[in-house]
Amino acid sequence: MAASLARRAASTLWRNHLCMRSSNFGVHRTSVYLPIQKRLCSTEDIPLFPGSKSSYTSKLNMMRPDEDGIAVYRIMDKSGDIINKDEFPNDLQQSEIVHMYRNMVLLSTMDKIMYDSQRQGRISFYMTNYGEEATHFGSAAALDAGDLAFGQYREAGVLLYRGFTLDDFMNQCYANVLDAGKGKQMPVHYGSRNLNFVTISSPLATQMPQASGAAYALKRRGDGKCVICYFGDGAASEGDAHAAFNFAATLSAPIIFFCRNNGYAISTPTSEQYKGDGIASRGAGYGMVSVRVDGNDIFAVYVATKEARRIALEENKPVLVEAMTYRVGHHSTSDDWSAYRSADEVSHWDQIDHPIIRLRLYLQKQGLWNDELESQLKKDCRKDVMNAMKKAEKIQKPNLYEIFTDVYDDMPQILKDQQRQLEEHLHNYKNEYPVDRFQS
Amino acid sequence: MLSVRNIAVKLNTWRPLLSCVRNASSFVFQPEDASSVGLQGAETNKLNLFQSLTNAMDIAMGSDPSAVIFGEDVAFGGVFRCTLGLADKYGKDRVFNTPLCEQGIAGFGIGLAAAGATAIAEIQFADYIFPAFDQIVNEAAKYRYRSGNLFDCGKLTIRTPCGAVGHGALYHSQSPEAYFAHTPGLKVVIPRSPIQAKGLLLSCIRDPNPAIFLEPKVLYRSAVEEVPVEDYEIPLSKAEVIIKGSDITLVGWGTQVHILKEVANMVKEKLGASCEVIDLRTILPWDYETVVESVKKTGRLVVSHEAPVTSGFGAEIASTIQEQCFLSLESPIQRVCGLDTPFPHIFEPFYIPDKWRCFDAVKKTLEF
Repeated sequence: MAASLARRAASTLWRNHLCMRSSNFGVHRTSVYLPIQKRLCSTEDIPLFPGSKSSYTSKLNMMRPDEDGIAVYRIMDKSGDIINKDEFPNDLQQSEIVHMYRNMVLLSTMDKIMYDSQRQGRISFYMTNYGEEATHFGSAAALDAGDLAFGQYREAGVLLYRGFTLDDFMNQCYANVLDAGKGKQMPVHYGSRNLNFVTISSPLATQMPQASGAAYALKRRGDGKCVICYFGDGAASEGDAHAAFNFAATLSAPIIFFCRNNGYAISTPTSEQYKGDGIASRGAGYGMVSVRVDGNDIFAVYVATKEARRIALEENKPVLVEAMTYRVGHHSTSDDWSAYRSADEVSHWDQIDHPIIRLRLYLQKQGLWNDELESQLKKDCRKDVMNAMKKAEKIQKPNLYEIFTDVYDDMPQILKDQQRQLEEHLHNYKNEYPVDRFQS
Repeated sequence: MLSVRNIAVKLNTWRPLLSCVRNASSFVFQPEDASSVGLQGAETNKLNLFQSLTNAMDIAMGSDPSAVIFGEDVAFGGVFRCTLGLADKYGKDRVFNTPLCEQGIAGFGIGLAAAGATAIAEIQFADYIFPAFDQIVNEAAKYRYRSGNLFDCGKLTIRTPCGAVGHGALYHSQSPEAYFAHTPGLKVVIPRSPIQAKGLLLSCIRDPNPAIFLEPKVLYRSAVEEVPVEDYEIPLSKAEVIIKGSDITLVGWGTQVHILKEVANMVKEKLGASCEVIDLRTILPWDYETVVESVKKTGRLVVSHEAPVTSGFGAEIASTIQEQCFLSLESPIQRVCGLDTPFPHIFEPFYIPDKWRCFDAVKKTLEF
């Protein structure tokens, strides 16, 4: 009895002590969110659990998710008309918009030719970006060249915007001696240190917590750069996505998480990927600022990314941007979408709600584009891509002993031994191997 | 000479929860001195294993402003006190807790390192490293190779307590080195003592390759040495012959090195034979040249590790040595390891490769 009295007295003393330290001694009003000191001092009966922000309720409320989803932000409609002129990004010069349009068509042309080249056996694999060009160019244009970009595999337009050349793309796809990646990876696994684009890897979503860590490092460096991390609707289901969001939020990392929600993860539609309201709705659960945009409206993507960048850097926090779009093409050259979706469905996104078509309509209505320019552009793009492809095709593969380089910063003894063994083997069985394709 | 069992008896009488001695399977930790790392006469401090690690991290943090330490519970000092005082000294932006998510810790660390910061990650127990396996094996190990050296995460070090502790059972006792040894691009390092740990950890942190640093937890408090105060490194991928001998080679790492040292004494006393004891120190890339040289001299090899025998790292050693020392071998190579079971609780004394099993293997090998 005495012990319990003593305990209660002690806890009252402790509570009073904390209350007296607070500048709001004797607060009577209950607020939905009070800092811990104020909550402890309040004479109201409010939840005091660690991290409590809310009040008690005596009415059981089993919360069912909202029927209405988060609205999709857009500036330009499907016919290329600007809906709300106040939202239009006037900092984008007309010449810049035309330049972006030209590059979106170039990307689409490169995709067509490279896809066909795989079919012809000239490269081993390819992934197209059809229908998602605005997510690339709109976001890339809103960033600083020094912002570090992590991608998944369907962001070639970001690289193109930043200055990756047709030769760069081709050399990687052909894995020749000029490939900056030294022929180590499958096609479309691009990377560029100069352009601040981290080399792509096949496992999905692994780049996401890495992006959070990189953003933390950039924050500590303090030179005003952020990170953008691209990922898809399918990748967002991986545990790494959850880890990335939680770490970025708790550790206050300046990062834009950019989700390309294109409706499919290979054959799996989003209706089988998640039950909630897409990816944007998850942001709140992590305490993240979130927005959903029309990913086929290049201006909306630009404006949202720009604002996301501002918030990320000024407030040192992650921002989640979900860009709704549609994957018009196959997942890759190993896929055939006719096995799981209808041509009717695809044609809506290929012919009507397509980012290149919508931007062209806008430009035409502004008097900045016409059929003649379009036809000339298509010819020029085709010529440039074909030339780059033929050039890359003729270039030799890297020295075959590059197989042993870059496992570590320098070569350990075991690899020196293995290299010697391979040299001996090739000396004895030279004719059985395609040695001549490789630079000697 | 410190007897771990004596310490356990003292601890058990008044703080039973802190006993981390492996009772029936106890071993004696014999401290070495600064001359073991070529620093005879250097100023030293009496430090146990976790303190020597704190010291190493303190030096790393002090000499490298980009360095950060992170993981579960590291801010208050860590569940094994390895990071005690570092958050106060270097600030909460440099020594900080992460959410409870190993794949996040590893991924976050890779990103930090790729962006140019020295990342010292802690995984609370090696038993919990598996959610991070994909990030470590598919990403960290391959970052430099797959990018043609455009990017790398060499500034990443992952520290984690491993090994038997007497009562750890399935999930507080594992030695996962074999899983990672199978992954080119990683470095896997394990110290036997405080003096070794400080030098090896500093090497791992500064080595331009992602490294996993396994810390034998049973040694955290019980292994005490006079550790040189200065900043020193011990080279990676160099095994150490800690006892020279002529009749048989014994190879181990971490805690097991101390069992093998005792076995060497037992063999000298009871069998009159001389054992050469090698501490591998780096599991990947491993220093096979030192072991080859030794076995060419002795003609006999016993490898011992706590991890289960099948596909444990002993298998790699045995295979390489039989290939390179075939004509020198006088007897089959023996592996004395954990049983092919999950790590049991009450049965630990029968599971681990204790000194009697090792002694018996040596005896059989000598008598072959």
